[in-house]
Amino acid sequence: MDIPTDTPPPPSHVEDAKPTTPEQKRAARGATRPGDRIFLGLSRGSGIVLLLIMAAVAAFLAYRASVALADNEGNFLTTFEWDPAGVAHDGKPYFGIAVLVFGTIVSSIIALAIAVPVAIGIALFISHYAPRKLAAPIAYVIDLLAAVPSIVYGLWGALVVAPNLTGLYSWLDDYFGWTGVFEYEGGAPRSLMTVGILLAIMILPIITNVSREVFLQVPKMHEEAALALGATRWEVIRMSVLPFGRSGIISASMLGLGRALGETIAVATVLSPNFVINASVLDYGGGTFAQNIASKFSEASEYGRDALIASGLVLFVITLLVNGAARLIIARRKEYSGANA
Amino acid sequence: MAKRIDVSGLNAFYGSHKAIEDISMTVEPRSVTAFIGPSGCGKSTFLRTLNRMHEVTPGGRVEGKVLLDGDDLYGSGVDPVNVRRTIGMVFQRPNPFPTMSIFDNVAAGLKLNGSYKKSELNDVVEKSLKGANLWNEVKDRLNKPGSGLSGGQQQRLCIARAIAVEPQVLLMDEPCSALDPISTLAIEDLIGELKERFTIVIVTHNMQQAARVSDRTAFFNLAAVGQPGKLIEIDETERIFSNPSVQATEDYISGRFG
Repeated sequence: MDIPTDTPPPPSHVEDAKPTTPEQKRAARGATRPGDRIFLGLSRGSGIVLLLIMAAVAAFLAYRASVALADNEGNFLTTFEWDPAGVAHDGKPYFGIAVLVFGTIVSSIIALAIAVPVAIGIALFISHYAPRKLAAPIAYVIDLLAAVPSIVYGLWGALVVAPNLTGLYSWLDDYFGWTGVFEYEGGAPRSLMTVGILLAIMILPIITNVSREVFLQVPKMHEEAALALGATRWEVIRMSVLPFGRSGIISASMLGLGRALGETIAVATVLSPNFVINASVLDYGGGTFAQNIASKFSEASEYGRDALIASGLVLFVITLLVNGAARLIIARRKEYSGANA
Repeated sequence: MAKRIDVSGLNAFYGSHKAIEDISMTVEPRSVTAFIGPSGCGKSTFLRTLNRMHEVTPGGRVEGKVLLDGDDLYGSGVDPVNVRRTIGMVFQRPNPFPTMSIFDNVAAGLKLNGSYKKSELNDVVEKSLKGANLWNEVKDRLNKPGSGLSGGQQQRLCIARAIAVEPQVLLMDEPCSALDPISTLAIEDLIGELKERFTIVIVTHNMQQAARVSDRTAFFNLAAVGQPGKLIEIDETERIFSNPSVQATEDYISGRFG
């Protein structure tokens, strides 16, 4: 029987020389070589620069915003108008962000509600259902979707998607109009719903890609545990894949939400801006922070720009809160997460 | 709740590579059968063909017959999902569902099998955990995650999960290789108790373990790396370890190779 046995490793000559001189000691710590010192300086410098940039952005936003808010006659949080020049208020600035908060959050929620289930479906299909020959092209197409510039989405949304949504909106009005949320009075469907649908398409790639990566990392042994109990493919996904991927799905959704909250040009192209809050998401009008800044910035006075910056500061804070909430959700589930298995 | 397994002419492949060749053997009910042999000889692969887990691996393919009390597991129209519900498996590394509580881990198989009553579930979980000698250690924290237990406790939790559905056969793939000696002893004692109720097949690298726990032992070997693994012989454990009929078995057991 010629059974191969492991050959013993060649004897190694470990030299147990201990550093004696100060130079040798420093060398042992890796602090004297020029390469190490340069790299240390570079990485430390990059960290400091990052903090400085963040501080500068925050200081800039806070200062300009405070200038604007000091003279604002309206209530910044509850006013339904944007009139920093004071055209309708005897030259006194009068503006508030209520409409923008509403529009931004509603359109982003619509986008997430549409994109997250679809993205999870695509990610599961690529990672667990599709044959390998099909999975790669699909993943590639999803990546392409992410590479389309947002102005192209905006034009497509305004010229192709919006005109074709009247049928859907009439249908929603017929069956769900009684809720008040889906009332549709006709006219161009350049509403928050349209914006939400467009944003959903735009954030689909990032949510799909992150979820797919997480699903592919599910340890084989977790999936086999379910399989060996007699789980079907869907039950394996329910028992092993989704619980493991939960925090990944949340972070993916937050990344998508971040993009949806801040998306500017596509929203500005599609939305028919009107500084009102509609109970119905199907009627045109409304606005978002980024869209409002983009459409007003070029024609605004110095003070008008300060007012827009104040609204930008609020968007910044909302994004921070959203991220904080996401971290909280993930942290609370840590005990049950797959990380310690 | 224990059935006999008859294997005849079984080959298993990974893609075009033949991993095991022409294996025929009988596994007796209510007994422990141990598979021993050098690494790569296909004993784990063979074990995984017994509950149709081999074909889960990409490229995995099986030829031949595996009869469970006369019913061919690889017959046409047999759903592998149903096979795995009757033949339980315990893996090399403890793999409780990390997001589930201890209770839910044990109940997982029952919930898969469909209808169950809440009170019934409580009874089965308690019975299974007692069956796995884990009840006293976890009865006060059934709602805590299973991943918080020690390695040995996790492995017994996996055994409880496997026996909760009352399988016909229990397959164990090196169940102690990731455990310390005390936990290993606990599992070995447990195997001795479980064989009263189940047919048990255990793959082990540890020959002393095979000698301690099994009634019958099968020795697998491969001619060379890249060659398929084969069954060299299967016999009463006592005979295999004292007076095997094939020279290669004696060489392996006495530590002359492998």
